[in-house]
Amino acid sequence: MGKHYLPNLAQRDEMLKEIGFSSIEELFSDVPEGMVKEFNLPEGKSEYEVFLELNEVLSKNKTVLEMPSFLGAGTYFHYVPAHVKYLIERSEFLTAYTPYQPEISQGMLQALFEYQSMMAELYGLPVVNSSMYDWGTAIAEAALMSVRLHRGKRKRFVIPKAISPEKKAVIETYTRGANLEIVEVPWDERGQLDIEKLKESVENSAGVYVEMANFFGLVEENVREIGEIAKEAGAYFVVGADPTMLGIFEAPGELGADIAVGEASYLGNPMNFGGPRAGVFAVRNDKKLIRQMPGRIIGMTRDAEGKRAFVMTLQTREQHIRRAKATSNICSNEALVAVASAIHLASLGPKGLRELGEVILKNTAYLKKRLGEVAEIPFEGLYFKDVPARFEKPYSEIHEALLARGIHGGYYIGKHFPELGETALFSATETTRKEWVEVLIEALKEVA
Amino acid sequence: MFRQAKWDEPLIFELSREGRVGYTLPKPIEDVDVEIPEKLRRKSKLGLPELSEPEIVKHYTRLSEMNYGVDSGIYPLGSCTMKYNPKINEEIAGHPGVAYVHPYQDERTVQGALRIMWELEQWLKEITGMDRFTLQPAAGANGEFTGVSIIRAYHLDNEEPQRDEMLVADSAHGTNPASAAMAGFKVIEIPSTEEGTMDLEALENAVGERTAGLMLTNPNTLGIFEDEILEIAKIVHKAGGLLYYDGANLNAVLGKVRPGDMGFDVVHLNLHKTFSTPHGGGGPGSGPVGVKDFLKDYLPVPLVSYDEENDRYYLDYNVPKSIGKVKELYGNFAVMVRALVYLKVMGKEGLKNASEIAVLNANYLTRKLLGTKGYELPGKKLRKHETVFSAEPMKKETGVTAMDVAKRLLDFGLHAPTVYFPLIVHEALMIEPTETVSREEIDAYVEALKRISEEAYNNPEVVKGAPHNTAVRRVDDVLAAKKPVLSWRMYLELKEKGEVDY
Ligand SMILES: Cc1ncc(COP(=O)(O)O)c(C=O)c1O
Repeated sequence: MGKHYLPNLAQRDEMLKEIGFSSIEELFSDVPEGMVKEFNLPEGKSEYEVFLELNEVLSKNKTVLEMPSFLGAGTYFHYVPAHVKYLIERSEFLTAYTPYQPEISQGMLQALFEYQSMMAELYGLPVVNSSMYDWGTAIAEAALMSVRLHRGKRKRFVIPKAISPEKKAVIETYTRGANLEIVEVPWDERGQLDIEKLKESVENSAGVYVEMANFFGLVEENVREIGEIAKEAGAYFVVGADPTMLGIFEAPGELGADIAVGEASYLGNPMNFGGPRAGVFAVRNDKKLIRQMPGRIIGMTRDAEGKRAFVMTLQTREQHIRRAKATSNICSNEALVAVASAIHLASLGPKGLRELGEVILKNTAYLKKRLGEVAEIPFEGLYFKDVPARFEKPYSEIHEALLARGIHGGYYIGKHFPELGETALFSATETTRKEWVEVLIEALKEVA
Repeated sequence: MFRQAKWDEPLIFELSREGRVGYTLPKPIEDVDVEIPEKLRRKSKLGLPELSEPEIVKHYTRLSEMNYGVDSGIYPLGSCTMKYNPKINEEIAGHPGVAYVHPYQDERTVQGALRIMWELEQWLKEITGMDRFTLQPAAGANGEFTGVSIIRAYHLDNEEPQRDEMLVADSAHGTNPASAAMAGFKVIEIPSTEEGTMDLEALENAVGERTAGLMLTNPNTLGIFEDEILEIAKIVHKAGGLLYYDGANLNAVLGKVRPGDMGFDVVHLNLHKTFSTPHGGGGPGSGPVGVKDFLKDYLPVPLVSYDEENDRYYLDYNVPKSIGKVKELYGNFAVMVRALVYLKVMGKEGLKNASEIAVLNANYLTRKLLGTKGYELPGKKLRKHETVFSAEPMKKETGVTAMDVAKRLLDFGLHAPTVYFPLIVHEALMIEPTETVSREEIDAYVEALKRISEEAYNNPEVVKGAPHNTAVRRVDDVLAAKKPVLSWRMYLELKEKGEVDY
């Protein structure tokens, strides 16, 4: 099957003959004897049959449109405006490769330049690459970069203990080859990064990473101070931020970040069961930093007639030129995801991004208030999107009871953070409905 | 004659008019009073553009019109497998059961998603001859890093920490050495012979007790099948190393030959190449990694497993020696969905047909172009899915380079081949037509290349000055690197200082 994708199947023999071959087998005569095999695979199907089959399989998934869901913990249900989806499905964007030939790829190049520019505005750092795989790999690349900036003489990278287990696992795997020592700084009794402990670990570190809201959703109050401590110790300061915060919270660049990272797919992209996503990677306008940056960067230049044009630039950092000495191995990135986030950002504008942040902040506060009626909130403070709630009962029992009522509760974090006991992260965004919170709290009153 | 749209489209920031909005948002569910501490509140400028929805749609539509995709015409970028991206893939990937599903949902509510991943793995296992797959890597390079990290973990586990050298072919893609270096290996390059295949003597001399493995693509980046692959495998295995397959070129042998039968222990695939998922102007891709049984305990977590007794698919964290994670969550799921749709439509015969026609098309193009003045074909004549010509004679005789040829092709509405790769061919033109172009398109491509040859010898300026018909003329990439303008912010600063006039 699939003949409808293969125009020359009908002319196969003619074409073979024309170039002096008598059979297809002859084209494979360089393959060692016996290596060509019959595969044990299903037969192909008609498009209609596949359509029916996959629709049936996918209908076995229960979507967040069908059940109130309070899951967050690094992946959030945001609404994607219809025109964003519509635009990135334009085949000229969708079916193009990386823009190796700039003259015929100006559309994608400009769209990516605009993405870089908008993220530069959000993060307050003027140099942004055209995407990493996701936020987690972006942190890992920042760790490796800070070590390179110290010419390998410092190998310690400091992260908060209150970080997503996903991200932590990625950082560990990515930095093992370079023999980095990853040091975790715990939270204090208020859930904030423990400044005294930070001071103990920061010595001789290549970089210090902190998030503007930690894994528990708690807004980090001392970002600027943490940066000062890092800098005093000669470490690079890496700040992680959810872009949807940055309409209302100060830009990482203004808070002292040398490098900022984040997750672009929170804007303009659906959850897609966790992927694709796109990592934001931004740095100060400093040649030393730019030279050590990973990933593709789009620059503005001019064409032979002096007209403005865009092109992939500063490529001598990259694998196709520097090979083993490249700043990263990344080649294909998450370009279309990045463009979707840019289109969404352009639609929001400064006012919309502020409003979005405010709505999320208020919805989170409301969720926290209501959760407080039925559970203990381990830390006081300002929350963005995620709120931890601690229960007396094993959370698995509560989860079961909620699911039985058609509600998807929060993400259990007791496994990764046993010191927090039976705690789950519940999340709100602009998509959260009051009725959902209502049914959740009513259910929790019964079962928790 | 081809004419690409030339819109002179301003940057979206330049289209901004104060007060316009391109969105509506729901109101907060309750107007709770929330105070952001003074020191954290945003005070710095947020220079986002302000436009209405129709303006945004026009802006990006115009930009798209200045971009060339697989649907625009032939896109024979060598090593990239720019085959047609079936529309049914997009339709299924847009299903709410893909888009609106959270990765931390209770397993019972995502059986469809897990089943898709599990099924895809079964296909990939049979196609490659591997025993277990992770679908986590986001792209080929991410897959390579996964694969070589597994090799490293394996040797360490066997108490052979001295195995710190990764061998790569000199024709290898740049990501191979870069990924190996990232995983902590010292990279050793193995040269190719005149024929364009791996130099076995050099390989014999390079292997030893420090050898961790060899990374290879087969057919290699010249499009030539490494016919001594079994011998290569023997040399590497005898030395105690493992064999890594860069699956970028799998389209040549899809449904016919399995890397596992060639002796490979670890394989990465590119769903965004061989398995028809669109490349999105740079990504997202997906780079699954398969391993032989003895390496499966090192794979990233979680794997997707099937509990037959209870007819249940689940995320399996029970991977005792796992290297950990190479990406958050489970990988680029929406890309996996597309690949599975493709596989189901194609089936056994379809896949075999695809690689046969891909190989036929590449050889057809090779033979048709062969003998054209200015181009020569280094190495063996018989190719697999792609072919690499050298424009070295043309450059020597006329000053017209491979880059000029590439730019001139754009004038005919044909996408350029990959140029200057593999590095071992001077003035390389690496052409991969794929199975989804018609004979007429290949003929037209060959005609264009012939015409460019004539122009190079008779009227070289028209080639050196190309392209003429694209949205912009030849782009000054030297200036771009010398005076970096990397964002609107940087542009405004430089403009203010009078340092840019574009
Ligand atoms: C031979 C080869 N290996 C590896 C890669 C890297 O794949 P990706 O771009 O998906 O990271 C490519 C892609 O260009 C390639 O052509």
